Amino acid sequence: MSRRYDSRTTIFSPEGRLYQVEYAMEAIGNAGAAIGILARDGVILVGEKKVTSKLLQTSRSTEKMYKVDDHLACAVAGIMSDANILINTARVQAQRYTFAYQEPMPIEQLVQSLCDTKQGYTQFGGLRPFGVSFLFAGWDKNYGFQLYMSDPSGNYSGWKAAAIGANSQAAQSMLKQDYKDDMAREEAVQLALKVLSKTMDSTSLTSEKLELAEIFLEPCGDVKYEVCKPELLEKLLAKHGVTQATTEST
Amino acid sequence: MECVFGLVGDGFALVAADTSAVHSILVHKSNEDKVMILDSHKLLGASGEAGDRVQFTEYIQKNVHLYEFRNGIPLTTAATANFTRGELALALRKNPYFVNILLAGYDKNIGPSLYYIDYIATLHKVDKGAFGYGSYFTLSMMDRHYKSGMSLEEAIDLVDKCIIEIRSRLVVAPPNFVIKIVDKDGAREYAWRESIKDAGVSAA
Repeated sequence: MSRRYDSRTTIFSPEGRLYQVEYAMEAIGNAGAAIGILARDGVILVGEKKVTSKLLQTSRSTEKMYKVDDHLACAVAGIMSDANILINTARVQAQRYTFAYQEPMPIEQLVQSLCDTKQGYTQFGGLRPFGVSFLFAGWDKNYGFQLYMSDPSGNYSGWKAAAIGANSQAAQSMLKQDYKDDMAREEAVQLALKVLSKTMDSTSLTSEKLELAEIFLEPCGDVKYEVCKPELLEKLLAKHGVTQATTEST
Repeated sequence: MECVFGLVGDGFALVAADTSAVHSILVHKSNEDKVMILDSHKLLGASGEAGDRVQFTEYIQKNVHLYEFRNGIPLTTAATANFTRGELALALRKNPYFVNILLAGYDKNIGPSLYYIDYIATLHKVDKGAFGYGSYFTLSMMDRHYKSGMSLEEAIDLVDKCIIEIRSRLVVAPPNFVIKIVDKDGAREYAWRESIKDAGVSAA
């Protein structure tokens, strides 16, 4: 019975569900996880790289983090080819806004415009939805540091700490338990690494399986997006004691 | 003929404009308001072709309102100025609007500001500016008497000096002027300087 409503992306099932949208969310559940945490002095994004092969040559230093504009970056979970399309539109939107107003685009507006695109594919015929969830981290002059999460249905929401991708429910509940208001960036990184070390399948964390990016304000007031170098990440992992097999408890 | 001018003072900006609607040598009206209150903290003084002026300023005003409704936050004065310039630049090579604009606004954390935008899409942030025939006199007056951080009284005094100069030196001087100001409390009409009243329409 339900098959009839499976193949049509934009038709409600008799129970009032959109199966294709739910399947898209399912697809994201298998992708590498990403965690974002809002700190007092910035936002951090940590992602789990799925290492496919040692022979694979990657052209870029990050495969899950993308800088959208000078003041905004995102982490991706889901189908990367879908994500590339959306990231491109996001970048175009951000530049269009700066062209029109000579000001950086407010974070929520950019998230909203991207989610409008996503929503379109849950309503207008024939095409499948984007199988991508995003975590957006950025700074604007109206609301300071912000973290948003979006899903294939085109919903988005602002968070203090959020997780997407594989095992995200577990990560989310751990974040809920351990999140403290007014954390510094370093504490946020520590928390994110701790959560990932417990929710990831692999027993030990290495810099090859992780990527870390931060958004913060430089002393001069400019917004800075910085990707953590693998050597530095290795040191951080050692410092926070999550490199070795996670035997220690909380 | 048309005179629109403005300046930035201590914690406020003001725009003054003549209020004559003329066509050729005829005066149709002497209480035409050429300074639009764009939103709660912005003033848009405009001169130029009468039809273009009304059409373009309303178009900008409605877009600024739409932005605020959509996004819940108002555009800054700088963003509005750049948007306005962009629209003029877009129209310039197709079907240009003949409008010159003085945009005054007050932003939290930034303070008052004034932008000079002409019909060929030039944008300048200025402390004082003027358009129209009146500018020949008002710019000189303001060069001589303007200083940064003027109080409201000093600024109004300067505006009155400018109006007197226009009335005494300009052959085609308009009779009436309106002065509007914008500060932390918002944009509003401040005063009129009228030398004639529009004659009332007698009952038929």
